[in-house]
Amino acid sequence: METNEPLVRVRNLKKHFPIRRGIVFERTVGIVQAVDGVSYDIYRGETLGLVGESGCGKSTIGRTMLGLYPPTAGSVNIAGIEVTTARGAQMRLLRRKAQMIFQDPFASLNPRWTVSAIVGEPLRIHNLEPDRQRRDERVKELLELVGLSGRHVNRFPHEFSGGQRQRIGIARALASNPDFIVCDEPIAALDVSIQAQVVNLLEDLQTQLGLTYLFIAHDLSMVRHICDRVAVMYLGGLVELAASDVLYEHPLHPYTQALLSAVPVADPKVARKRQRIVLQGDVPSPINPPPGCRFHTRCPIAQPHCAQVVPEWRQAQPDHWVACHEVEPKQGF
Amino acid sequence: MKQDPALLNVHDLQVRFHTPEGTIYAVNGISFHIAEGEAVAVVGESGSGKSVCMMSLLGLIPIPPGEIVSGTAVFLERDLLKLPEKELELVRGRDIGMIFQDPMTSLNPVLTLGRQLTEALVRHFNLTAEEARNRAIELLQLVGIPDAASRLGNYPHQFSGGMRQRVMIAMMLACNPKLLIADEPTTALDVTIQAQIVELVQEIRAKLRMSLIWITHDLGVVAGLADRVLVMYGGTIVEEADVESLYERPQHPYTLALLAALPRVHQRRQSRLKAIPGAPPHLILELTGCPFAPRCEFVRDRCWRERPLLQPVSPTQKTACFVNPHTGEERA
Repeated sequence: METNEPLVRVRNLKKHFPIRRGIVFERTVGIVQAVDGVSYDIYRGETLGLVGESGCGKSTIGRTMLGLYPPTAGSVNIAGIEVTTARGAQMRLLRRKAQMIFQDPFASLNPRWTVSAIVGEPLRIHNLEPDRQRRDERVKELLELVGLSGRHVNRFPHEFSGGQRQRIGIARALASNPDFIVCDEPIAALDVSIQAQVVNLLEDLQTQLGLTYLFIAHDLSMVRHICDRVAVMYLGGLVELAASDVLYEHPLHPYTQALLSAVPVADPKVARKRQRIVLQGDVPSPINPPPGCRFHTRCPIAQPHCAQVVPEWRQAQPDHWVACHEVEPKQGF
Repeated sequence: MKQDPALLNVHDLQVRFHTPEGTIYAVNGISFHIAEGEAVAVVGESGSGKSVCMMSLLGLIPIPPGEIVSGTAVFLERDLLKLPEKELELVRGRDIGMIFQDPMTSLNPVLTLGRQLTEALVRHFNLTAEEARNRAIELLQLVGIPDAASRLGNYPHQFSGGMRQRVMIAMMLACNPKLLIADEPTTALDVTIQAQIVELVQEIRAKLRMSLIWITHDLGVVAGLADRVLVMYGGTIVEEADVESLYERPQHPYTLALLAALPRVHQRRQSRLKAIPGAPPHLILELTGCPFAPRCEFVRDRCWRERPLLQPVSPTQKTACFVNPHTGEERA
């Protein structure tokens, strides 16, 4: 499915949020290092999974990549457009080519707009279908593409169930014919029996339209199912990135190992036999993250130097990236 | 497992809500029991009636708009549904403990932890302030909160989500209840924190020989936690089984479909997920047939007219379905 040409290239991306106090004499009292230097490529036609616990910065990455937050440092290149410096026509082109699907299908649709206005908005803004009638036709087409009926155009979001609303959000994202879609927890708010419907739809659309996805999620089973490659994030940084099956079968980083061992398994026999690595304590605050390796405070194999030296983001095996001092590169590589 | 005396025995519970939009048939005649020391998981999607059912046992649903139409719930030889509020208050917290999904909204944000923890001790056991304080410290240590004595003066916002859930567990343990009802206690937590909480509950349960009702939508958590599982759909129990049988050979088409729709973290990708078409029922109409009929691939004519009752199909398993989903034939 993938070719060698990356569609998206992220280099040393940083997003820091200042914490400000005071009204007249405003001063910065701290900095949340939400994303602190991540680098990766996304290839055309692939699905890259981005997993991590809440607060690790995975949504911030998605938003910063699309220019919804101005980045603090680093570069993001999507289909040849440099997001961090794009202005005017370049930015408008980017907005057409890169889209987003949000987690909460209740909050991400304007309750006062009809489905036709919501899905037709990208067409209007980018002037893709200037003719009113043609635009209505296109909206119907899009709705049918995501498994809704064209007769639903004049309804309002509240008339739909959660799964249907998520389909409306997907139709809106597809309206401008994007190449790249950031899916930010698109199934987390849905019932179990509906999740599979939406995942299958996303997969079908990818095959039909040749889409590239960044799939942000915390459900590790679903990520394994849908993603070609998976990146694991901890406290603002990537700790590991590899092909799905490699990552799930041979995780190298101790955090990935702990995360995978904590995933509940829907099989009582496996669940009882399984050895869990239960991490102690909570994720530290990203305001003053620990020095050195950010995971060293909870790491079961931490050594003294882990608290001082930041581990390098490197390939331990071909196409298997990891940031850990204690992982040896494979012999002969 | 079967010969253990039942700690809680619920029979034919029906709960409705009368709203301006119409009557919601939330729980439609369900019966189950919990044995002493047993861990039972109640699995269902949102709107399946799993929380309403447990809340109504404890008198926690607002009446009106709620109405308990029928049913008995015998707990320690007393019918909870007929107890006056005063006596039910004593059962709640002391005999039956509860923890909820969102530990932030179930703690009072303007009271210190110490105040909230000692409240139950003073109320139910007539301890002095000093005794209650010492017991509170003990409890916080039991649930693994470091530096317990000094944290008694902290407010809930000073704790993380996982820590707050530990505090909730400590509050619940304060009275050493015989039954713990946990309503999606780990849904708001991350997987590594979820693993910590599940482990803690298991430990405490073994130590105190407590019965457990764990309400969840996550079939993964259930597999490692429960002895027995009740699967709910549309306000009814559609399947009841011990945990091994349920995962090995589910007998209701809904359970079967739900398990087939789950991707497995330990398996390479096989094919597309088997999605269940349609959406869960709205429960605005009274049930005439099987609630799963509109989405069921084995549906028969009679499924729309007759409601299938929960019937045993083996010593460890009951299902409410006319059809055997493995053969596709009607059950005798």
